[in-house]
Amino acid sequence: MSRAISLSRVAAMVQRYWYLLRSSWPRLLDLVYWPAVQMLMWGFLQLYLAQNAGFFARAGGTFIGAVLLWDILFRGQLGFSLSFLEEMWSRNVGNLMISPLRPIELVLALMTMSVIRLAISTIPVALLAIAFFGFNLFGLGLALAAFFVNLLLTSWSVGIFVSGLVLRNGLGAENMAWSIMFIFLPLTCVYYPVAVLPHWLQHISWLLPPTYVFEGMRALLIDHVFRADLMLEALGLNAVFFVGAAAAFMGLLKSARRSGALMQGGE
Amino acid sequence: MSAPPAIAVDRLVKRYKQTTAVAGISFALAPGTITALLGGNGAGKTTTIAMLLGLVEPTAGSVHVLGAAMPRERYRVLHRVNFESPYVEMPRRLTVRQNLKVFGRLYGVPDIPARIAALAAELDLGELLDRETGKLSSGQRTRVALAKALINEPEVLLLDEPTASLDPDTADWIRGHLDRYRTARNATVLLASHNMVEVERLCERVIIMRRGAIVDDDAPPALLARYGRDSLEEVFLDVARGQGETREVAQ
Repeated sequence: MSRAISLSRVAAMVQRYWYLLRSSWPRLLDLVYWPAVQMLMWGFLQLYLAQNAGFFARAGGTFIGAVLLWDILFRGQLGFSLSFLEEMWSRNVGNLMISPLRPIELVLALMTMSVIRLAISTIPVALLAIAFFGFNLFGLGLALAAFFVNLLLTSWSVGIFVSGLVLRNGLGAENMAWSIMFIFLPLTCVYYPVAVLPHWLQHISWLLPPTYVFEGMRALLIDHVFRADLMLEALGLNAVFFVGAAAAFMGLLKSARRSGALMQGGE
Repeated sequence: MSAPPAIAVDRLVKRYKQTTAVAGISFALAPGTITALLGGNGAGKTTTIAMLLGLVEPTAGSVHVLGAAMPRERYRVLHRVNFESPYVEMPRRLTVRQNLKVFGRLYGVPDIPARIAALAAELDLGELLDRETGKLSSGQRTRVALAKALINEPEVLLLDEPTASLDPDTADWIRGHLDRYRTARNATVLLASHNMVEVERLCERVIIMRRGAIVDDDAPPALLARYGRDSLEEVFLDVARGQGETREVAQ
């Protein structure tokens, strides 16, 4: 029996989540609904401020850019965690854990689904931003790719950690999947510069990879400078986050095997 | 020289904090046999099966399935093993065909459409294949779960209450199917059940558990003779109520 990762098993899991997603149009609509509402709200607020304050007139698009990038971070994690929660809700975890599917293959499938769900939710909303506010996220070019990769890596790390928690503690930990990312909202300075934070909190903020992305976005939109140094620092921190999350997941899975949590099917 | 056992359990212990779920049991199952694991609620049957599958890590002792130490070497053999239980479900919003297709791919089944067609014919699932799994009756879902358990034609099949929610006719038909499958594939079957008719009909050996320990282990006729009873149900009641003589099983 080969010890290698089986792409066929990864594809089987992606196929399973795709069947689930396409079987329900309300779920598909829900993927687009909230990001669109949020983008419109922040977009109109930015329009209003731009008409009344000189700085915001120069800083065109920072709020819309921030909300679109925040959605990549938030929806990326949610896309990962919700696909995993589907297994818990349908009490299918036992079937998966006794099958030849390896944890790394499950994680790869969840990462793939996170990208698919993200594409479904982000692309229409980014197009709406062009139509309503003339803000073209895709116009950021290579910078967008750097922002996207860094945010996605953080979202996967958080998703992997939350999935481990749910595996070990059952659906009692489900709320973590919905709420854990919101601590990143004030700390990673999505809508304001890091300098706004108290000095001691700035140190914590700079420990989080998305902070570098949102600072980089403001540097690009306000000063028209692409800060590659910030992106590289974010990438380094993301590597640490990802390895830490993967180690935590494996530890929590081992603990679930010891405590009998896998037998209980998520209850 | 006899074939190595398909399942070998040696001084297996599982403790959860203060509770001992399995208290040092040992047994070996020869290939091609059907054995029942019998016992009341909390006897340790499900925990034993979970340890055989690598779902639960033993506190002490060892489990070997098809020669692989569980759970450490589980990926060597999991593609040759399968399991069915009413307590583990399949995604309800997927159709039966979609579910079987996904599990077929997970188990590396070579020709999945042909395997699904064969299972549909064997288990009378033809009309259910394109219906959502969650919209089936509990009896139909049990048949689908059995199809999932047989998708990879396992050499070791573990069953937890395989006919729990079936009407007597369907249950009897499923038992016949399991027996034919065992014979055709020389598969080793271990089933946990409360249904004594099922056990008497299917199993050539019965392992009786109580409070995590094995209290008896023999062929059904030998058990009936030893307890002086006419049916396994009476034997079960004797053991469950602690009225029977507790026997240390020779290892």
